[in-house]
Amino acid sequence: METSRTYNKYFIILLIILFAAFLMNISLGSVSIPFKEVVSELLGGETSKSSWHFIIIDYRLPKAITAILAGSGLAVAGLLMQTLFRNPLAGPFVLGLSSGASLGVAILILGASVFGGFLGGMLLSSWSLVIASALGSFLVLLAVLSVTFKIKDTMAILIIGLMFGSVTAAVVSVLSYFSDAEQLQQFIFWSFGTLGNVSWEGVLILSLCCLVGIALSFISVKPLNALLLGENYAKSMGLNLKRTTLLIIFATSILAGGITAFAGPIAFVGLAVPHLTRQYFRSSNHLILLPAVLISGAILMLICDTVAQLPFSEYTLPINAITSLLGAPVVIWLLVRKRKLLF
Amino acid sequence: MVIGPKTKTSILMSSEKKHIALEVKDLSIGYIFKKKKRLVSEGINFSIKKGTLVGLVGSNGIGKSTLLRSLAKMQATLKGTISINSTDLNSISALQLANKLSVVLTEAPASRNLSVLELISLGRQPYTNWVGKLSEMDKKIIKQAIIATETESIIDQKCHELSDGQLQRVMIARALAQDTPLILLDEPSTHLDIYHRAYILKLLKKLAKERGKTILFSTHEIDLAIQLSDKLLVMTSDKVHFNTPENLIEEGCFESLFPKETIHFDHKMKRFVLKD
Repeated sequence: METSRTYNKYFIILLIILFAAFLMNISLGSVSIPFKEVVSELLGGETSKSSWHFIIIDYRLPKAITAILAGSGLAVAGLLMQTLFRNPLAGPFVLGLSSGASLGVAILILGASVFGGFLGGMLLSSWSLVIASALGSFLVLLAVLSVTFKIKDTMAILIIGLMFGSVTAAVVSVLSYFSDAEQLQQFIFWSFGTLGNVSWEGVLILSLCCLVGIALSFISVKPLNALLLGENYAKSMGLNLKRTTLLIIFATSILAGGITAFAGPIAFVGLAVPHLTRQYFRSSNHLILLPAVLISGAILMLICDTVAQLPFSEYTLPINAITSLLGAPVVIWLLVRKRKLLF
Repeated sequence: MVIGPKTKTSILMSSEKKHIALEVKDLSIGYIFKKKKRLVSEGINFSIKKGTLVGLVGSNGIGKSTLLRSLAKMQATLKGTISINSTDLNSISALQLANKLSVVLTEAPASRNLSVLELISLGRQPYTNWVGKLSEMDKKIIKQAIIATETESIIDQKCHELSDGQLQRVMIARALAQDTPLILLDEPSTHLDIYHRAYILKLLKKLAKERGKTILFSTHEIDLAIQLSDKLLVMTSDKVHFNTPENLIEEGCFESLFPKETIHFDHKMKRFVLKD
């Protein structure tokens, strides 16, 4: 796709902001560590207190990397969905992926009281949470994919995804109604979303998911550009529509499913970041939009996480609430300013 | 070697065949839904020579769009054969077809945020690599398409800022950038005022004449189509006629196009007039 301007300058600025946001995210937290010490620790030097070493290496660094992965992965998933469904309202969770993950976790946590005692205790390790949510989103994905094979219309797939979402949400409500207060609390805490509970091992698995998802997105750049004209035009230019749809849905699922499994359902990033990015990258070419969305998502998530940490206080706010609190006004501001949401 | 009369005719025929861009034999079009066939039109026969401008006319719902979609392989046919450059359409892959045939549809581009330049350059997709990188050659062809459609002044505008006439020109430019010998257009002059209708159809005429494109377009502008087209395809409920406009007028083909109570075809003026 030919574009009349280049965006190298924008990319350099974005990368600088990303680097600054990363440093800020690591320097700020409930324990105040001087900036100099943080930098020397990151560069492989010594810190004056050994507890600072643990805080930075085993808590803040994996958290910051999780924020970068989650933010960029969700934002890319949002961009893919908006183009695939040619709908500015689409996000990574329209296919019911997050509801599937919620259902998996709900069955695990809330169902523990049904299974009772021993079995319930065994089920509730942190890994089982990840497996349950990944399994939940994967099952919803399989259902959506099998529908995709039969139905050609992407709008119908969108609606079916929403219906899956409603059904799983209903099942979750029924489960919550019958479960104990303690388990309900545990489930609600998961649904708040958190970036800080991911170990280095988890970071590795999450990076793998994101790497596969993002690589598949880059492979799909040309078909995504063709889809901007609509299905019929795309087909008339030789596009294999079924293969492309499958590839894009698979990429989204592995991104959204993996991230939800580790960090919980994080709202709004997927919907808002692509629209924000289109404000300054006035191009529709996915070869430009994709890396731009990738970096912007990471920046937004790092900032949201820094705010959620409430620096120098003991409290940590739910990340899901912060992304919505920051994201919703941004989308409203965009709509008021431009009076329409174009994709 | 002595060339006998038989080989002579076969050579003649093959050279004649070479000039045929699109050939349709005994074609039936329609829909298959749950194993039930719904026939739209049948017994369609025509062959279009290279570099001709052909208008497709007929009343609403007679099957113009169905015919165009069948020709572009966007829907299955019920019977008969379609061949492009003497190759059966069924044996052409989607990507090969994209090198031979481009379309201009009635639907607007799905993304309203595309710039005109981006949209036109998408026409090069069948030729570019996996990320869609444009070569110097691609850029040259895009430039030519922009010049031919006189869209130079609007290349930086977004699709949602364009008027209907401008958008139609841009969509034709995209088809030109796809650089195919055959172009199918579904009602390119709808929603346009009389000046822009004439402008678009004259543009098509120019492309057929100067650049040797074979162009088939459906339209409701029968008067303009009669004046401009080399050949006309007239779809009526019982037959599909294919001939030059003059011959079709002589045959009285247009009289049977619409019910006579409301309008009738005036032979001298070559147009439909209201009945008092």
